[in-house]
Amino acid sequence: MIISVAIGGFFGSIFRFLVALHVTKRLVGTWLVNIIGSALLAYLFYQHLQENISDFGWAFAGIGFCGAFTTFSTFGNETILLLMEHKYKQAFLYISSSLLLSIGTATTILYLLNTST
Amino acid sequence: MRIRDWKIAFSVGLGGMLGAVGRHVISIAFPADSIFPFATLIANLVGCFLLSFLMNLNIIKKRLSPAIFTALTVGLIGAFTTFSTLSLETISLWSEIPILAVGYVFISIIAGLACCFLGLKLASRLERSSI
Repeated sequence: MIISVAIGGFFGSIFRFLVALHVTKRLVGTWLVNIIGSALLAYLFYQHLQENISDFGWAFAGIGFCGAFTTFSTFGNETILLLMEHKYKQAFLYISSSLLLSIGTATTILYLLNTST
Repeated sequence: MRIRDWKIAFSVGLGGMLGAVGRHVISIAFPADSIFPFATLIANLVGCFLLSFLMNLNIIKKRLSPAIFTALTVGLIGAFTTFSTLSLETISLWSEIPILAVGYVFISIIAGLACCFLGLKLASRLERSSI
């Protein structure tokens, strides 16, 4: 189980690093991975609940990959730096759009999966 | 991508491996029947403090190779903390006790930023005293 989480974490963090390398614009990389990762985790959570994905698959893709692909610490550090630069409006927009889009997309995916079956 | 970038990417992966395992171990250590997601909250808060501390501590950044520094920050701490689990836990809390879901998001953001601030301040204090 732990090995599945470790392998997932290995790939998840590398993918996040690659996104950051290609999206050089500040904040956008973290913003994107957090929204995409939350949406993917919601999908995997549903499939695991339906027993379409094994516990090992969930540990690898859900806990390991999605958990490591998304990040809270970089999000926090980026926001605190914005606040220190007195960019309050940008910080507020960054926090609220990250939360609304990630939770909103994940909710929509769960809703669509639940109603389609 | 140059070879140097792939080297850094690989070290980020190794750090991420440890970070994800650390987060998983914390989640096992907490009782599974508790409704409130304390495990994720603790991992996220500790990670916020450590990341802001390391990212703003130039004396460490200068001494470590870029591969090791990035493995520690982007890899280890980045993977130790998570945003996707926070989203999913918020949704499941909302379906049970909505006020707890709001509280969870609110505490994660406010306490997370406070931890980042503490890390940043401690780093700049150490920088000043080392000159």
